[in-house]
Amino acid sequence: MLTKRIIPCLDIKNGRTVKGVNFVDLRDAGDPVELAKIYSDEGADELVFLDISATEERRKTLVDLVRKVASTINIPFTVGGGISSVTDVEVLLQNGADKVSINSSAVKNPQLINDLAQKFGSQCVVVAIDAKQIDGQWIVHLVGGKVPTELNLFDWAKEVEQRGAGEILFTSMDNDGTKNGFANEALAKLSELVNIPIIASGGAGNIQHFVDTFLEGKADAALAASVFHFKEIEIKTLKKELKNNNIEVRI
Amino acid sequence: MKIVIINYGAGNIQSIMFAIERLGFKAVLSNNPEEIKAADKVIFPGVGEASYAMRMLQESGLETLIPTLKQPVLGICLGMQLMCNKSEEGNTKGLGIFDVDVIKFTPKVKVPQMGWNQIYNLKSPLFEGINENEYMYLVHSFYAPLCAETIATTNYEVEYASALQKDNFYGTQFHPEKSGDIGEQILANFLKLND
Repeated sequence: MLTKRIIPCLDIKNGRTVKGVNFVDLRDAGDPVELAKIYSDEGADELVFLDISATEERRKTLVDLVRKVASTINIPFTVGGGISSVTDVEVLLQNGADKVSINSSAVKNPQLINDLAQKFGSQCVVVAIDAKQIDGQWIVHLVGGKVPTELNLFDWAKEVEQRGAGEILFTSMDNDGTKNGFANEALAKLSELVNIPIIASGGAGNIQHFVDTFLEGKADAALAASVFHFKEIEIKTLKKELKNNNIEVRI
Repeated sequence: MKIVIINYGAGNIQSIMFAIERLGFKAVLSNNPEEIKAADKVIFPGVGEASYAMRMLQESGLETLIPTLKQPVLGICLGMQLMCNKSEEGNTKGLGIFDVDVIKFTPKVKVPQMGWNQIYNLKSPLFEGINENEYMYLVHSFYAPLCAETIATTNYEVEYASALQKDNFYGTQFHPEKSGDIGEQILANFLKLND
């Protein structure tokens, strides 16, 4: 059976790993290549690298990092952050990235999803959606959750699927950094609505939260950062517990 | 040993290059027919859309070359699918090496299948030392149904062929270069063939 995936996310700034608590107040959690190797050895199913640096050197630093990661690890990884063109994606894929994740650039220019899917295939196009609830509506936000858009989460999810996204990475801004669990109700609704895999993100605090997001949230994969970086949850232990709950995982 | 990865403008070739390097070998990228013919092992990668990839093969003349190769050839993912008779994706004909037609998963399951799934009923030197039911990494919307040339089976909506072999031609729907240490062992087995 196809397994549920556990995906550590490494936020990268100037070539180093950081993790934002509610997307501000960054802390250093180590060398990305070293962390990537550790996670791969511990049984992570995939990795996500999210580049949050904003310097002019960023692209070159990121490409160097992608090459180092791809030469070191033998599991798939996704790169996101500041990707806004077909050329950006081409460079990352050529250097060994398996997928790219686009967020704001997809909202600003939805055609980019079609262009990427056509040129590289849907399988490498992950559309990341950050959303939070405003007056009972899930509203898509940009710039790490700071800027609200006019878009409703579910309408946007449907549109990105139709445009050729291969996967949706949904981060609930209401849950992110809280360690109180994933936004399972919204996740389950998303999973029913679209027919592409959904990655749950935002809110992981303990092992039960992962169990819940797979069972109640119907997520195909779960992504987390700090609980892994600070060793609050070991991937091996997590997967064993998931299996004990009859959730299919790769051990 | 000379390993050539066929370069026809499709696919994430760098990951395969790195995987081969981790196994202690070097591979070269080439679309030169003479260089491909002279290689000890040929890897035929592919990620993307089938009819577009097939057009690239036709334009470069590789369409006629590949089925005539005599050394071990390994098609990966779309590479494997292109070695079949035809594909529903873009309604394209394939290289006709494997006698099977590639079709699409139905909306009863999430499409693409993305992630780790098991391979079983293994029967090929490609899987020497590999246990039944190991997990491999797969990303695909189209698949080859079970057929006489099936050497590994995977279940997603239906049981289908996750690897094929005919004579010196091998194909894996999964990505050995992205399937952890077991995947690397399968790649190593391929590189050992005929030694």
